[in-house]
Amino acid sequence: MTEVTQPALTIDALGKKCPIPIIMLAEQINAVPLNAVVAVLADDPAAYNDVPAWCRLKSHRHVGSYELPGGGWAIHVRRNY
Amino acid sequence: MAYFDAASSEPLHPQAREALLAAIDVGWADPARLYGQARRAHLLLEQARTEVAEALGARADEVSFTASGTQAVHLGVLGTLHGRRRAGRHLVVSAVEHSSVLHAAQLHERDGGTVETVGVGLTGRVDPATFAAAVARPDTALACLQTANHEVGTLQPVAEAAAACREHGVPLLVDAAQTAGRVPVPAGWSVLTASAHKWGGPAGVGVLVVRKGTRFRSFLPEDERERRRVPGFENVPAIVAAAAALRATAAEAAEEQARLSALVDRIRRTVPGIVPDVEVIGDPVDRAPHIVTFSCLYVDGEALLTELDRAGFAVSSGSSCTASTLRPSHVLEAMGVLTHGNVRVSLPRGASAAEVDRFLGVLPELVRRIRQDAGVT
Repeated sequence: MTEVTQPALTIDALGKKCPIPIIMLAEQINAVPLNAVVAVLADDPAAYNDVPAWCRLKSHRHVGSYELPGGGWAIHVRRNY
Repeated sequence: MAYFDAASSEPLHPQAREALLAAIDVGWADPARLYGQARRAHLLLEQARTEVAEALGARADEVSFTASGTQAVHLGVLGTLHGRRRAGRHLVVSAVEHSSVLHAAQLHERDGGTVETVGVGLTGRVDPATFAAAVARPDTALACLQTANHEVGTLQPVAEAAAACREHGVPLLVDAAQTAGRVPVPAGWSVLTASAHKWGGPAGVGVLVVRKGTRFRSFLPEDERERRRVPGFENVPAIVAAAAALRATAAEAAEEQARLSALVDRIRRTVPGIVPDVEVIGDPVDRAPHIVTFSCLYVDGEALLTELDRAGFAVSSGSSCTASTLRPSHVLEAMGVLTHGNVRVSLPRGASAAEVDRFLGVLPELVRRIRQDAGVT
């Protein structure tokens, strides 16, 4: 089993449609130290796809996406720079 | 209004309009009957069949007309699976096929069949080796691959897929909806489907071509029309118009499609320089001549479509907010590219450089304003 790094920041974007979860992530990722993890909580299916795509475009790292018990995902992103 | 949504529907070709008006007067009778008007309708229908067959690289007796491209795909997929029941019940499709293929596959699965979906890379192209490995499964009854993707334009490796299918004795259904009439149909298919309104014909005409020797059996109730492949009375005037449009479009294709492709290149090259945080999607070279798609970060796709409509541009989007399902496009998802802020530009015959330049002129300010309104700095 892989170890999940404890997020330094959790962004609650549940109930919000894309692109809002991505906008929130872009706004707040620099609030955590380098190499720290931000967790985006989202239930828009577009976010499940678009957060990793944003990471690829912005050269941050998509660590993993974990299903939430109440629906949606915790999408973990590591700040790379 | 600049109409940039040819991938949804190409405007009616003037020669199709002319043919349609003429055929409405003389082609209304039942082509299966034996009196004068019926013989005339029959003649028109068979002439159209011969022309369409020639343009698609088929024999006339292999061509059946359907009520739409979607119906051609449904009948083609399920009829071939039905005809090959004894060979097996396994179906191979790419992840980026048109929804008509994927919906037929779902029905096959609900009916106890199996389906393997072959994924794509970032450009939306199927890996030929992966596709070949999938069709090697011994109980494979059918494989499906589009000529070009309808949302991002990327061409698929049909020739390689056809070679693999031939090696394993598996028929290949090729969905040529986006390229028929624009570029030559690649060789090697067993079943071919297309849609007339995508090449400048009227809506309500699809084409299902079943290569001689391919086992095929309609899964629908028995009907003697269209070689027992398609039930119901043919729309002869629309079929005549569809054939006229295909003939006209194919005749001017070499020149016109090269011109549209150069305009698409201009959009592909220019957009990343004038709009910050944008991703141009799909293969830049191996692509359909008329389609280009890009996604703008932090932009709501519906808002952008609305603004573009107001500015006089008809375009389409794969973003979820623009779909009735509220799910993003399965094509963009399979590619792993941004699904929000998505715009598909697909150029019809006659689209002008001036229109494209005007589009490139208004786009940056519209994107900037939408981002500003959303609080993106």
